[in-house]
Amino acid sequence: MTTTSPRTQRLIPKWNASYSVVAGFLILLILGFFSIIKLELMVNGLFLGAIIALGAISLSLIYGILNFAHLAQGDFMTLGAYIALFLLGTLLPRLGLEGAGLGPFTFGYPVFIALPLAILAMAAIAIGLDVTIYRRLRRRGVSKVLLAMTSLGLAIALRGAVQVIWGGDTYQYPRLSKEFYQLSMGIRIPPDNLFIGAMTIVLVVVLYLFLTRTRIGKAMRATSDNMDLARVSGINTENIIKWTWALSAGLAATAGVFLAIFQAQLLPIMGWRLLILLFASVILGGIGNLYGALVGALIIGVAAEVSTQWLNPAYKIVIAFVIMIAALLIRPKGIFGVKD
Amino acid sequence: MDLSGIIGYLTGFAIMAVIYAIFCLGLNVHWGYTGLFNIGIAGFFALGAYTSALLTTASPDPLMFEDYVFGGDLPARLGFWNLGIDLWFFIALMAAALVCGVVALFIGFLTLRLREDYLAIATLGIAESIRIIFLNERWLANGSKGLYRIPKFLGDLVSPQHYDYLYLAAVVTILFILYIAVDRAIKSPWGRVLKAIREDELTTQASGKNVFNFKLQSFIFGAGIMGIGGALYAHNVRFVDPITFDPLLATFIIWAMLMVGGSGNNKGAILGAFVVWGIWTGTQFLPGFLSDPNLRYVMTGLLILAVILLRPGGVLSEERVVSRLSETRPGDASTET
Repeated sequence: MTTTSPRTQRLIPKWNASYSVVAGFLILLILGFFSIIKLELMVNGLFLGAIIALGAISLSLIYGILNFAHLAQGDFMTLGAYIALFLLGTLLPRLGLEGAGLGPFTFGYPVFIALPLAILAMAAIAIGLDVTIYRRLRRRGVSKVLLAMTSLGLAIALRGAVQVIWGGDTYQYPRLSKEFYQLSMGIRIPPDNLFIGAMTIVLVVVLYLFLTRTRIGKAMRATSDNMDLARVSGINTENIIKWTWALSAGLAATAGVFLAIFQAQLLPIMGWRLLILLFASVILGGIGNLYGALVGALIIGVAAEVSTQWLNPAYKIVIAFVIMIAALLIRPKGIFGVKD
Repeated sequence: MDLSGIIGYLTGFAIMAVIYAIFCLGLNVHWGYTGLFNIGIAGFFALGAYTSALLTTASPDPLMFEDYVFGGDLPARLGFWNLGIDLWFFIALMAAALVCGVVALFIGFLTLRLREDYLAIATLGIAESIRIIFLNERWLANGSKGLYRIPKFLGDLVSPQHYDYLYLAAVVTILFILYIAVDRAIKSPWGRVLKAIREDELTTQASGKNVFNFKLQSFIFGAGIMGIGGALYAHNVRFVDPITFDPLLATFIIWAMLMVGGSGNNKGAILGAFVVWGIWTGTQFLPGFLSDPNLRYVMTGLLILAVILLRPGGVLSEERVVSRLSETRPGDASTET
């Protein structure tokens, strides 16, 4: 398993000419619009895209390996964000760990404790849900549509649980308002967004290295390519599925925490609202392809943010939906879709 | 509460349960018989309700700060046709079904050729888009204030305190007609092709059936039924606003109803609507924290999960109609292929 065969294209496909063409086209498009579009919207769209990318990658991992539309992914994000809220607002202050307004950022250093703990908690919850629910259905050999149906039931139950525990009010992490960075050409960037962008880049690189350099990562890609073949070549696929859930839920929790920082508020419905953007990115990029999810998310994020220059911000979801429909019309496999 | 109050409450309860049963019939055509995963019922619900409401509501009144442009005011315009029955009511129902059918044609045409979960995502997206459009385009349907002058069906015929009985009779009649229609359609050769698609798409295709066409017809048929359900809802509550079409109340609860009652069985769909709506409205009478409305979310989700895990066929599983010698258990066949 040291070399990647040309067939092993799932999750991390080889970089090829068509990608460069698309990337070049996008850069041209961006340059072309410079004169009309507010650069500020475009830049902040990239940061929104970074959050969507984390969620879309987590969704695409499940898609790639378990091969079904996991509709509870948005509510995984919500739950992750609320677990971090519990840690930042209740638990850590009791232990004497509190603070806000670290450096240029609105949040304090406890975020660096709360985020890993929220990731671990969500990973544990996801593995627990797989063992209690999804594994039983997998053994029964149910269709992927019924698995998606199950995840819908789970999504409703999870959001209900968040509302029962925390209520329907909006919350915030402990924060201090900070000045935005003023760049040339009228671009204003909240410092938090730079943190989110940098962390997303780090996480994507770490994920890439994990999937290409470690035994488990390689086994994951093999499982994604063909689960039966992976099993007969000695890979413990059940174990790989647990890793997938842990990784996916951890990424979802990160995306949820970042979204809560980005919007400066938590709502029980925040993850569900983002779900359409996540699916639009995954479909635009090509299902089960992580590069696709990343690029799709950046396109959706920028398009959604730029659309607010002309349209009511409430229409961001509609814009994402229209892009998704256009992608289905022109190229149903997605920009980077390889097969199926 | 005295007896007439209880009867009044039960009548109101039954009207809503019957309207939900109509949605369950529509969803049963999609999921129970064809295996189409539609999670955007709220979109068809909203389209049906708004179409019928806009056709029948009077034109906007500037004194009431109403912003919408349209307002068909059918009752006034078609008044001269009013030969004992309120014809406009049926025209509005038909229009609601038609609009939903056209949207279903659009969505189905785009997605039914692709992976089966694309339909789910597309319906989810269209439902959310429709809600957002109705919320933000105030000229279309008065935005977040909603439409609140939706007329009653046969409103002048009986006194207001007895009106609910009349409307209950009307919705039960429509449910009965739709039940017969769906039942006949499913038992026809057309319906058998749908079931074949649900069981094994590839084999159906190999038998020379145009799978895409049949799926599209089924999707449009079910969506039309949902449109009628939405229209009936609008004339019952006589107020529609975008919050009504929140996915929880307009999509997930209907899924819970169908799953509990038994997908693939029309009687089950109707039973499920009454059972789940009973549980839903019943929780408000529970003591203490159990009456917390948020618990209903958890309950709806857990109901769906429990049915899938424990009793995939629902309360009333699909009836065996072709051969009693078949080896497959009907409950499994409806959900697990």
